[in-house]
Amino acid sequence: MSEAAPARFAPGQRVKVRRADVPGHLRTPWYIRGHVGTIERLCGAFANPEELAYNRPGRPAQPLYRVRFRQRDIWPDYHGTPQDTIEIEIYQHWLEPA
Amino acid sequence: MSSDTHAHHPHDHAHAHPHPTLPDEEERLTYHQTMEVALRELLIGKGIFTADELRRAIETMDARTPALGARIVARAWVDPAYKARLLADGAAAARELGIEMDATHLLVVENRPGLHNLVVCTLCSCYPRMVLGLPPDWYKSRAYRSRAVREPRAVLREFGTVLPDDVEVRVHDSTADMRYLVLPERPAGTEGWSEERLAALVTRDSMIGVTRPTLA
Repeated sequence: MSEAAPARFAPGQRVKVRRADVPGHLRTPWYIRGHVGTIERLCGAFANPEELAYNRPGRPAQPLYRVRFRQRDIWPDYHGTPQDTIEIEIYQHWLEPA
Repeated sequence: MSSDTHAHHPHDHAHAHPHPTLPDEEERLTYHQTMEVALRELLIGKGIFTADELRRAIETMDARTPALGARIVARAWVDPAYKARLLADGAAAARELGIEMDATHLLVVENRPGLHNLVVCTLCSCYPRMVLGLPPDWYKSRAYRSRAVREPRAVLREFGTVLPDDVEVRVHDSTADMRYLVLPERPAGTEGWSEERLAALVTRDSMIGVTRPTLA
């Protein structure tokens, strides 16, 4: 992991998932794009799966975060209590400061 | 099978009672099954791995069962220092018990009063195979994958798990490089139990988070 992009976000920071529509092998689910959540932790840096899928090296490695969202923010008609949450792994290049 | 059919069909035994038959031919391969066979034969043909190496890898994976995860949970229930190491680095703590983890990054998420964790992989079927073995079919179904994030409480109810409103349900979508194991709450009434006896309470489903271990 010597070639890793530097981590831009810290736990507790608010981030927005890019609302991008790009072709290829992606690990960012549709339902979370465009939503704002909070960095829960940095999981480390991993080769970019969008590159690995096409047999490319995926370097520099991308910092990968756990991001926590409130269910009510994602699904306006969510049936559950306001404190229910969802956590998703998202690579740094899909995140921007919120 | 009617006696009329027997009359037109030579049969090597004489009894006349009907018995069910199994089709000789399995259903046709689907597109992806055909692709799997083609890819496997190419990889073996090109010498990337041998048929025996592939068989051995499948055998090793098939030998993994939820009993591995149950040992981890039971140890965490009786040993607070182990639990702390498990929550800090799941794979290292699993290796302490002699469980081979390869390159798996294991995140252990702890249920506690007021918090219930549930694991899903909406994009495919990522699953902590090193500690639970192969996933159940429902875990890979489109219905579970889409509904576990959209209406987790309804899904939990269908598994018989009804949670009060003051318990936060936290869904973990296993989208990338981490694998998740739920550390359930130790049931009341198990004080003084041995690790082996405790491990027997820990089911696969409770480590995915769709149920909670009980004494029943």
